[in-house]
Amino acid sequence: MSWSWVADVLANVCLVGGSFLALAAGVGVVRFPDLLSRMHAGTKPQVLGLILLLAGEALRVRSVQVLGMLVLVVVFQLLTAPVAAHMVGRAGYRTGKVRSELLVVDELTLDRVPGLAPDEITHREDPQAGLGDDIDVDAGQDRPER
Amino acid sequence: MIVAVVCGVFLSVAAVLSLVRAERGPSMLDRTIALDVFVTTVVGGIVLEAAYSGRTDTLPILVVLSLVGFVGSVTIARFASVEPEGEGRVRTPEEIAADESALVDSEDEHPVLGNEQTQSGAHGGHVGDEEGDR
Repeated sequence: MSWSWVADVLANVCLVGGSFLALAAGVGVVRFPDLLSRMHAGTKPQVLGLILLLAGEALRVRSVQVLGMLVLVVVFQLLTAPVAAHMVGRAGYRTGKVRSELLVVDELTLDRVPGLAPDEITHREDPQAGLGDDIDVDAGQDRPER
Repeated sequence: MIVAVVCGVFLSVAAVLSLVRAERGPSMLDRTIALDVFVTTVVGGIVLEAAYSGRTDTLPILVVLSLVGFVGSVTIARFASVEPEGEGRVRTPEEIAADESALVDSEDEHPVLGNEQTQSGAHGGHVGDEEGDR
């Protein structure tokens, strides 16, 4: 049992873990009912899954040049993934694709609609009703009601 | 070797599932997210191949993908997240002619404003800026 054997086993564990996160993201993106929960599922492999896969690669190749490039990939992904998620989330809220009744806390709506009590939030009139009507309601039926 | 096969199966299933969501939609933003997941699985596939074949010449692809992968999502979120009514189908020639004549009429009525209107029409897809906090 040498160090390279340990590194290979660790690399295998990392690679399987990263691939499993990608699989979980695929299942979540298909099964989750609305935009925000799909974003939640989809971001798992974008950062943690990618870091696990690249760690596995680094543990198998064991070279400094490769490590530098992999660190670069992680840094760029950490810089760009939040930007994309922020833009998509904001556009989703503004076009009425966020379903308040599926959220436990919706502080943005509370802030934007003055005088709205937290328990009224499920009955709010959507200012842009109609734009979000095409949301996949069937997929949400197996979710518990709040 | 078994590990490589298992990882490959995981990544392939993830890619297929994300394509299923990209096809189903229902909104452009859902498709955007699904395609982001697809890009991530492609990156994962390249890493997996590099890890088990020992080649390192494919790694610059990863750097490029992680750099430009977000451009598509940002563009769609900024300009194409609002889908106007009827955008999802091909218009008939009569409808296109009617729309164009309406556009020409509005330009005739407001010759000064006409330019501005067509400009804002070109941006029509982008998200309403309700609070002007951009």
